[in-house]
Amino acid sequence: MKENITQKNTKLVVTLVFVVLGMFGFGYALVPLYDVLCDITGLNGKVEGAAVKEISYEVDKSREITVEFMSALNESTPMVFRPETKKLKIHPGEYHTVNFYAENKTDKVMVARAIPSISPGPAAEYLQKIECFCFSEQTFKAHEGKTMPVRFVVNPELPEKYKTITLAYTFFDNTESSVKK
Amino acid sequence: MSAVVAEHEHDDHHDHGPQKGLLRWVITTNHKDIGTLYLMFALAMFFVGGAMAMVIRAELFEPGMQFVNPQFFNSMTTMHALVMVFGAVMPAFVGLANWMIPMMIGAPDMALPRMNNMSFWMLVAGVLLLASTLFMEGGAPAAGWTLYPPLVLQTGTALPFAIFSVHLLGISSIMGAINIIATIFNMRAPAMTLMKMPLFVWTWLITAFLLIAIMPVFAGAVTMLLTDRFFDTSFFDAAGGGDPVLYQHIFWFFGHPEVYVMILPTFGVASTIIPVFARKPLFGYSSMVYATASIAFLSFIVWAHHMFTVGMPVAGELYFMYATMLIAIPTGVKVFNWTATMWKGSMTFETPMLFSIAFVVLFTMGGFTGLMMSIAPSDFQYHDTYFIVAHFHYTLVPASVFILMAAGYYWLPKWTGYMYNERIGRLHFWISVVSVNVLFFPQHFLGLAGMPRRIPDYAVQFADWNMISSIGGFIFGISQLLFLWIVIDTIKGGTGIKATDEVWEDAHKHGLEWTLPSPPPYHTFTTPPATVPTEHI
Repeated sequence: MKENITQKNTKLVVTLVFVVLGMFGFGYALVPLYDVLCDITGLNGKVEGAAVKEISYEVDKSREITVEFMSALNESTPMVFRPETKKLKIHPGEYHTVNFYAENKTDKVMVARAIPSISPGPAAEYLQKIECFCFSEQTFKAHEGKTMPVRFVVNPELPEKYKTITLAYTFFDNTESSVKK
Repeated sequence: MSAVVAEHEHDDHHDHGPQKGLLRWVITTNHKDIGTLYLMFALAMFFVGGAMAMVIRAELFEPGMQFVNPQFFNSMTTMHALVMVFGAVMPAFVGLANWMIPMMIGAPDMALPRMNNMSFWMLVAGVLLLASTLFMEGGAPAAGWTLYPPLVLQTGTALPFAIFSVHLLGISSIMGAINIIATIFNMRAPAMTLMKMPLFVWTWLITAFLLIAIMPVFAGAVTMLLTDRFFDTSFFDAAGGGDPVLYQHIFWFFGHPEVYVMILPTFGVASTIIPVFARKPLFGYSSMVYATASIAFLSFIVWAHHMFTVGMPVAGELYFMYATMLIAIPTGVKVFNWTATMWKGSMTFETPMLFSIAFVVLFTMGGFTGLMMSIAPSDFQYHDTYFIVAHFHYTLVPASVFILMAAGYYWLPKWTGYMYNERIGRLHFWISVVSVNVLFFPQHFLGLAGMPRRIPDYAVQFADWNMISSIGGFIFGISQLLFLWIVIDTIKGGTGIKATDEVWEDAHKHGLEWTLPSPPPYHTFTTPPATVPTEHI
């Protein structure tokens, strides 16, 4: 009888330990799952990190979309960063280029990365970028200022309900981790 | 050599008491000793966490900065929560489980006594490690108990210590949970079928499953924080392609079931105490079991109602809103069952019953404010204000903590063999129930008026209610010393009234523990009882 209980306990504990390990793995599995979900649904304003080819669309003259540009700095990133155009009224299918200005305020070389975010989130996939300074890390010499272009188009398939799209960039100071690599 | 063998035989064949001396408490594998250790440790942590709350309420007594700097204030809110959740409430329920589950199901001990000892001492190590962060450069973690990045990554030296402490606490709870599941599945007396188990045992069984499912996920989340900070991963770092909102999803996948870990055993104790003092069987035993299981299941699919304001699409908001509201149904079943149990009962109002009735009333209030916040559009106003603070404190203090007090009064005579001082007990109850409402009720108004949580200073418009809340807080804090006094007094047999075996009238019909002597011998149910009480069903 006693042996029997010990065996039952061991079996149960082993099973439960596997459940625990499985759930630890599940916590990590949530990371790719989250990205996949965001990809499928376009939630969270997450956008493709790569450029799309410039193809010509039929310009939809019947409606006008306001595209707003915003800039932000992470924590205390020592930079100046601003869009040269605050907002633009465009027709879907038209190609436009806007410039952003960024300047390194330190006496050292700085490697920074701009991360885009588009809201409303579901509109993100319709704002397509042909050229963007956010596609790669940007290196700034001490006190160097750069004017950087973004070339984009709003896909004419954009649903009617979206009248305004906001494109926001946040610059992150990546100097430390870049040096390590 | 033969002497050793002889002594072994002696040990094997006679029922022996506890080891003499203090070492008994370090190496013990007896479920009653470990239960006592857990409960004492939880009580101590209740006062430590309470002292931190006193610092918070003192600073908020008036607008402006009075006593502490903002960094330390934020450390206090963070540490208060971590200590109360992982050091006080959870260990207190594990302590009750250790003491009561074997006695309630007719088992001689927990299934894995050595692991039991280890999980207690790991808890102590975890909490000490956490407490040590208070003295580190840069201070203790101050980003709130949810440890959201990127803010939490700015913690000083304390961050890795806090994270390892969470790992230890997690391993400790997981081992405790595995032990409880093994005990309930394999150690029940043959007559104790699953649907005859007392509800405290049922709720703990379900809670234990919650724990083994969620603690590893939390361990994973904090490990990601650790690697983000020290090993250049970018799970939550937008610069490297990560997303801080991801942390919130993982955290609340753990966090929502976690808050039910603290409330489900509360339901179990309430369902144990109320029938005894209403002198009626529990109304709707099986519906209570199913309601508990439903609440546990639902807790896994509602997490994002903690993050309605992160910018989810409308479909997501609606799903999490309706799913959350659904929880009110099984919870309502429970509240109605407790009320129906009391209906036309021959009720008496000893201290455990007083605390239990206050629990039913005040927990329901906490539930209603929860329902208010489940409505996504209104939640935008309540989010991160004192309204949420009032809500979860109603479900934790006059609910979980009151029921822990009730459990203390209810079982102290069984544990110690003496009755507690009923007059002081009732005094403790009345001061607590009034002051806890003075403390938390005004926080609803503060929240609706827009006072954010986790701030050391506030606009003068919030001054009056904050002062009232602080006064309630001080009275509540000090009055808990009455409980400490009663516990010590009862252990010493201060009242001189010996407790009978069943302690409460006809309690032996409600639970196996009341068929044992008070206090129970060191080893009980070495042979399983032939019959089990079925009055509670």
